[in-house]
Amino acid sequence: MAVITYRQALNETLRSELLRDPDVFLMGEEIGIFEGSYKITAGLLKEFGPERVRDTPIAEEGFVGAAIGAAMLGLRPVVEIMTINFSIVALDQIVNHAAKIHTMFGGQSKVPMVIRTPGGGGQQLAATHSQNIEVWYAHVPGLKVVVPSTPADAKGLLAASIRDDDPVMFIEHLALYNTKGEVPEDDYVMPIGKAAVTKEGTDITIVSYSRMAAVALDVAKRLEEDEGVSAEVVDLRSLRPLDRETILASVRKTNKAVILEEDWLSYGVGAEIAATIQEGAFDYLDAPVRRVAAAEIPLPYSKPLELAALPDATALVKVIHETLDATRFRG
Amino acid sequence: MPEVFMPRLSDTMQEGTVSTWTKKVGDRVDKGDILAEIETDKATMELEAYDAGVLEKIVVEAGKTVPIGEIIAVIGDGSGVGKGTGTAVPAGEATPAAPAADTPPEPPVSPAPGTPTVTPVAAKTTPSRAPSTAASTAPPPGISAGGGKPVKASPLARAIARDAGLDLSSVHGSGPGGRIVRADVEAAVAGLRSAPAATPAAVPSSTITRPGDEELPLNNVRRITARRLVESKQQVPHFYLTRTIDAEELMQARAQINAGLAAIAGDAAPAKVSVNDLVVKAVAVALRAHPEMNVSFGGDRLIKHNRVHVGIAVSLDDGLIVPVVRDTDTKTVTQISAETKELAARARAGKLKPDEFSGGTFSVSNLGMFGIDEFSAIINPPEPAILAVGRAKQEAVVRDGQIVARHTMRVTLSIDHRAVDGAGGARFLATLAGLLENPFAALA
Repeated sequence: MAVITYRQALNETLRSELLRDPDVFLMGEEIGIFEGSYKITAGLLKEFGPERVRDTPIAEEGFVGAAIGAAMLGLRPVVEIMTINFSIVALDQIVNHAAKIHTMFGGQSKVPMVIRTPGGGGQQLAATHSQNIEVWYAHVPGLKVVVPSTPADAKGLLAASIRDDDPVMFIEHLALYNTKGEVPEDDYVMPIGKAAVTKEGTDITIVSYSRMAAVALDVAKRLEEDEGVSAEVVDLRSLRPLDRETILASVRKTNKAVILEEDWLSYGVGAEIAATIQEGAFDYLDAPVRRVAAAEIPLPYSKPLELAALPDATALVKVIHETLDATRFRG
Repeated sequence: MPEVFMPRLSDTMQEGTVSTWTKKVGDRVDKGDILAEIETDKATMELEAYDAGVLEKIVVEAGKTVPIGEIIAVIGDGSGVGKGTGTAVPAGEATPAAPAADTPPEPPVSPAPGTPTVTPVAAKTTPSRAPSTAASTAPPPGISAGGGKPVKASPLARAIARDAGLDLSSVHGSGPGGRIVRADVEAAVAGLRSAPAATPAAVPSSTITRPGDEELPLNNVRRITARRLVESKQQVPHFYLTRTIDAEELMQARAQINAGLAAIAGDAAPAKVSVNDLVVKAVAVALRAHPEMNVSFGGDRLIKHNRVHVGIAVSLDDGLIVPVVRDTDTKTVTQISAETKELAARARAGKLKPDEFSGGTFSVSNLGMFGIDEFSAIINPPEPAILAVGRAKQEAVVRDGQIVARHTMRVTLSIDHRAVDGAGGARFLATLAGLLENPFAALA
């Protein structure tokens, strides 16, 4: 297996899907000549030409609508929205059209479209360009929402998303683009809706996704080495469909759960996970399910304030300690 | 406003005493500043500030004891100095087990709009031992056992109790706010702890103070010693095996070792090993040879320890503590000797860290230096046994049909019968006797 970056994994997968299926084409702002704001589409215009790698105007509602039309007529558009924050401009197209067309019109037409878009804070891009609003899309039936945390998952899930007949929100993370990992070569497709247990453990379950899943794994390894705490890490990989069984199986084993999420606490992904756990594993819980999330403020531009507002390893470790302390026998 | 909580500083700690406040109300506090000294079970430790600000309020005065998790002080921006000082627990007044109504309120059950009390960022300003979600302190509504007082228990604890047919109202909860957690139920099911453990040593009802008597408040070491020894005697079925050891070779070996150490010491003060150091070494070697003795009774299972950690009972002015020499079997007698002296000195100064007096797999108690011929000791749970060592003295013994003067020493092994049976204990003691009577075998 080759060790490549998350960015390379996306780039190579787009390329191999363009080669594999002539119906696949890319569109988005600055993805052609400029090769994408985050260089995910580097080299693709040169190789595949402007028919299949299309630069669009700065008009998200327009080009997402165009992609939906193309998908309904049999093409497989892969749209890049420069950041998830700009997808808000296209919200009506995504929620009221892409997500509804297949069922609302009696199955006459599918919408096999992918919207690739990066989210996440920590880059000093300030409040309007640093959001984690994937949960808005995860709330909507008719969409699939995938949130890969590793280069391998980025490859396997992007290939699966492009080949899926439903509209898929493929959420990347700005802070993951340069992370490296082993990626299977050749054709590699991963089922959408299957969470990964990235580290097995017996003392406590950490549920997370996207960049925070990488933080969670790192924390779990450190706790094992430094303190002998055996934490299990569940990387959701996809928010819709949500792999509830993997979460529940883990909590039934460890009896304790902490959710690490980069979005805001209230009404966030963690709220859904916590509800899932209490519905499906109530009798197995030895402590309240805890959530570690971002401060409920528009993210500050100032670096120290931004860091203070985002969840991190320290915050996670503290809540893990509190949860373990709450269940430890004191003679 | 950050509150300072009584921290949990050791595995066995249930409550702590604020021995001194090193900051006073109105003082500026930086993160990491020493706020107070906390006397825990058996050690005095410094309490660092987790937050910066001004020490606005001391809730628990020096000398008072409160359960872990209780608010003991408040750090703020200084605006609260002098307000609500009436919440302080006055010295001499009984400390309530739960915060009194006028102590600072617990976190709200639901975060107020714009007040993310559960977010990690907010949590960063909350002291680390605070249960920072409301859920961990809010009592589950409408739950009671046997129609009587409400019982707080985790769902898992309830499920296990239900399956075991156990009445939760009889179980002591060690979680936040007295919540019963799985560990409590499992301990209760195992019959280890069906009564409230917070109750200190049972006090006979006839204990009364007569005119002229003096009442001495218990310090933590005395209180913990009392509680643990009562638990041990009540819950651990002890039996005793005594053996007389021919200690002649042991005494000679010790003399030879010390003469050798003196010869190589040059101008430095020579190291000296004691009879007890040799006994500890022999015990460790015997434990390695008898892994069936190096176990703990764990309720529904036996826990077999792969490492040998021998604790050595040290008497203090005001109690008893058992510092542990780790991996005793791998250490030389001089190493054991030096480590024991160092641990004992720090134990007497109250400076042992919790992990230095916990985690033993076997203990040795020696009263030989006080002229005691033989005695039996109380096991230090969860260890399976303790060896009580009497003095070595010359006695008239029969050897090869002749009456001769030999050094002898009586040792008594107290054993947890749940973990080890009589024959097993006797075999261990035979090996130990062999090692003590042929001390070079223990050193080899």
